[in-house]
Amino acid sequence: MPWHYIARSMRGHPVRPPESGIARRKSIWERIHLDPWLLGLLLLLMGSGLIVLYSASGQSIDAVIGQGVRFLIALVGMVIIAQFSPSTFLRFAPLAYCIGVAMLIAVDVVGDVGMGAKRWLVIPGVIRFQPSEMMKLAAPLMVAAYLNRCELPPRLRDIVVCGVIIGVPVVLTAIQPDLGTSLLVSSAALIVVLLAGLSWRLIGFITALGAAAVPLLWMNMHNYQRQRVLTFLNPESDPLGAGWNIIQSTTAIGSGGLWGKGWLQGTQSQLEFLPERHTDFIIAVLGEEFGLVGMLVLLFLYLLIVSRGLWMASSAQDTFGRLVAGSIILTFFIYVFVNMGMVSGILPVVGVPLPLVSYGGTSSVTLLAGFGILMSIHAHRRLLSR
Amino acid sequence: MLKRPNTLKNSEQELRIFRVRALLAVLVVFTLAGLLTSRLVYLQIVQHDMYSTRSENNRVRVEPLPPNRGLIYDRNGVLLAENRPTYNLTLVRERVDNLDETLALLVDLLELPEEEIEAFNVRSRQRQRPFQPALLTSDLSEAQIARLAVNRHRLPGVEIEAQPLRYYPDAEIMAHTLGYVGRINAEEMETLDAGRYAGTHFIGKTGVERFYEEELHGQAGLRKVETNARGRVLRELGRTDPVPGKNLTLTLDKSLQTLAYELLDGRRGSIVAIVPGTGEILAMVSTPGFDSNQFVTGIDVASYRDLQQDLDLPLFNRATRGHYPPGSTIKPFLALAGLVEGVITPDSTINDPGYYQLPNDSRRYRNWLRWGHGRVDLERALAVSNNTYFYTLAHDLGIDDLHDQMSNFGFGRRVAHDVQGESGALMPSRDWKRGRFNQPWYPGETLSVGIGQGYWQVTPLQLASATATLANRGHWVKPRLARQIGDTPVPRDLPDTLDDIVLANDSWWDRVFSGMEKVVSGTEGTARRTGVGLEYRMGGKSGTAQVFSLGQDQRYNADELAERLRDHALFVAFAPLDDPQIAVSVIVENAGGGSTHAAHLARAMTDAWLLEDEAPDVEEVREVLEEDDANVEGN
Repeated sequence: MPWHYIARSMRGHPVRPPESGIARRKSIWERIHLDPWLLGLLLLLMGSGLIVLYSASGQSIDAVIGQGVRFLIALVGMVIIAQFSPSTFLRFAPLAYCIGVAMLIAVDVVGDVGMGAKRWLVIPGVIRFQPSEMMKLAAPLMVAAYLNRCELPPRLRDIVVCGVIIGVPVVLTAIQPDLGTSLLVSSAALIVVLLAGLSWRLIGFITALGAAAVPLLWMNMHNYQRQRVLTFLNPESDPLGAGWNIIQSTTAIGSGGLWGKGWLQGTQSQLEFLPERHTDFIIAVLGEEFGLVGMLVLLFLYLLIVSRGLWMASSAQDTFGRLVAGSIILTFFIYVFVNMGMVSGILPVVGVPLPLVSYGGTSSVTLLAGFGILMSIHAHRRLLSR
Repeated sequence: MLKRPNTLKNSEQELRIFRVRALLAVLVVFTLAGLLTSRLVYLQIVQHDMYSTRSENNRVRVEPLPPNRGLIYDRNGVLLAENRPTYNLTLVRERVDNLDETLALLVDLLELPEEEIEAFNVRSRQRQRPFQPALLTSDLSEAQIARLAVNRHRLPGVEIEAQPLRYYPDAEIMAHTLGYVGRINAEEMETLDAGRYAGTHFIGKTGVERFYEEELHGQAGLRKVETNARGRVLRELGRTDPVPGKNLTLTLDKSLQTLAYELLDGRRGSIVAIVPGTGEILAMVSTPGFDSNQFVTGIDVASYRDLQQDLDLPLFNRATRGHYPPGSTIKPFLALAGLVEGVITPDSTINDPGYYQLPNDSRRYRNWLRWGHGRVDLERALAVSNNTYFYTLAHDLGIDDLHDQMSNFGFGRRVAHDVQGESGALMPSRDWKRGRFNQPWYPGETLSVGIGQGYWQVTPLQLASATATLANRGHWVKPRLARQIGDTPVPRDLPDTLDDIVLANDSWWDRVFSGMEKVVSGTEGTARRTGVGLEYRMGGKSGTAQVFSLGQDQRYNADELAERLRDHALFVAFAPLDDPQIAVSVIVENAGGGSTHAAHLARAMTDAWLLEDEAPDVEEVREVLEEDDANVEGN
């Protein structure tokens, strides 16, 4: 392999295709359809995540190795997905969406119950699968595929069709019930519509409609969901019960101060006061042990990833690619915001993990699959432009 | 299913729309990131101190370290109250997988009674902090501990907790005097210093345990520990050691106390023995006794009811709270009162026709010997316990002087330094009678008082204390139970001691002593059979207290009634006469048979104290008592 390939690749590749359209030699990153900046940032994030996880899991090297293996599998998945051309995703979006909806219906009928909700589809001895997880990608892909065929900005008729496409999986997920995933699926798909140029008047109208739906939503909530909202509004009302999580997590973060108590020195985390400390509340461990500085460094890392992702989206060459890429990267940020907001007590507790830091395989696989699509869109630009 | 692609798509416009929207998205993203940042700054910088404190309070728990209670020894260093390590079984509900199964297994393993489980269920229904151990049962046996150890893996959340528990090796003998500790009740909790008693569950309830609570308890310490969210202690961050309670050495002699208890032989009665020169109480027994250990952990309702309803009143401390008419035992003190007041001299005599008559009154106050003792002086009056002599003396003294003089001997007062719950009993006076009955004092009542009857009531402790003062030739030393507190000896002279009794002529003491010696050693002495074979000189005085009536609510069958209407037998003694080492008072309720019963017991006590090698045999004493009971003689 010629050395200058590698050298070029290390400097990154051109951000725009040559105006002239004259074919130039592809860098090694382009050949393997990966974006080195994004990949580097993701690896940095996952590495930091493993360091925090070691502390959060009660210094369990097994947990770190297990998570590392999951990351590896997810990365391999990401690389494989990146090799497909965006047109493949466009072609298979309706199929994936339909299979996803069918499986969501199957979950509601024969699903496995966990934590008071039917979320899992189990083929005994073969696989345990959460179809709503797949919907996080399939729904925005489907909306983008639909809008790709319309003239943009979308007309009202197209928007109604998009509403149906989004509504079906969201309702199916919400009745499992899994409010967190349902919100993420709907926001991922809605972002597509927003990026496609939904008129401001309609945005205002839908927002008003959403506000009016709040009481209706409240009435249809499960008791534990209402409890979460009430506890969010006043955690001290039940300090040993439902409010425990939020009190302990804000205490952990607040007691970290500017520089933190030091790695493995967080008393809230190490003495098990912090619940869910290696999954949804892992950011509190970081806040306690690395302080404000650690939190801001992590937040900055996320912002870098989002910035790079948005830049990649805006440099995509067709509507489908732009919409899908934009949705994937903005949904990623929603994950970050919802998780950090909930742990620091400005949002109610919904089960959203911190992307690529929280312990657990499913969300990492989905997220990295998304990044695989993003990279595919970015790396296949000129093929599409031809 | 999708509509046909629009071939007239305007790529430029779509890209422009997207760019605008993406720019807006960037704005939103940075706004939300700014919101998160400001929230973090608020939590980690602005509110940092508050959350720091909160996390510290989460982590650090202050645990009290209760002090070890001081031990109690007798005068020879024999342990009377100790702290025995006991093991309690506790259970942390949050760590138990299946509560019902665990309880069933425990019942099976430890053979626990069902009531304990029910009591536990009642206790555990009360709201409590999570991960707090709840007491299941206390005082596990070694076998139970072993069985628990073997099955430990099947019993998560079940813990054995060590706790020192007060134990009285000679509970029945010592119960009244030593008292006992019990669980602190709600009322006591309010008055206690919470810091001093942090972690302490027991407090002295009666007797020495209560009187010396302050000294025995000590000062609680503290330790700061780091705990995890489940309340498990991970390490110690700092500690202040507790100050253990002071050990107490009592003046009691365990062997003498035991003898007194055995001599009373389960009858209702009391024996108190005091060293005249030092005021040290050698023995203070009230019978029947009870097992004070039952009260430490909490006595069960049925046993407590039995004790309370027992007609012999085992819980009642007769030695310090029993009120008895002193009978003739107070005649030596009245004689001394006469000498102090100048009403008699040792040589003044009366002629006893068998009765005494007040001037202008036809009523005859009788001597116990119907035909009288003839000419009687002080010594003979004591030896034969002549009533007429003391009627005359009492009348000549008058109730006012009589009351004052007897008060000087401690009658009607609390006399001891450190006896918990001591009663002053009753020394009647004009004022008392007016206050009590709104009636004047009648001269005839002075005569009753003159032979220790009427309103006059004494406690066995008062009698022993007065006898010790007499043996000490009028010099008061306060009776006391504590000999040494920690390393500090209790001084001989204590504040608030009564004034000494001073006679015009010191040799008059010998005349009173001589009269008391003749009680046991004289040919006419009322207790002369008790003096047979005496190896030292002893002074004594017998007494009989009549039982006039029984309480209305007391029900007895015919045999019991006859028994309970019999006179109380009393005796006071001191020995040796020339250098008194021990003063004793004995009261045996309803012993009848004159005073000899009590006299034999008093002699056994002085023998035991003075003849170190020849401790009296309790069986022999009992045989003598049986002989005497068949051979009744009045006093």
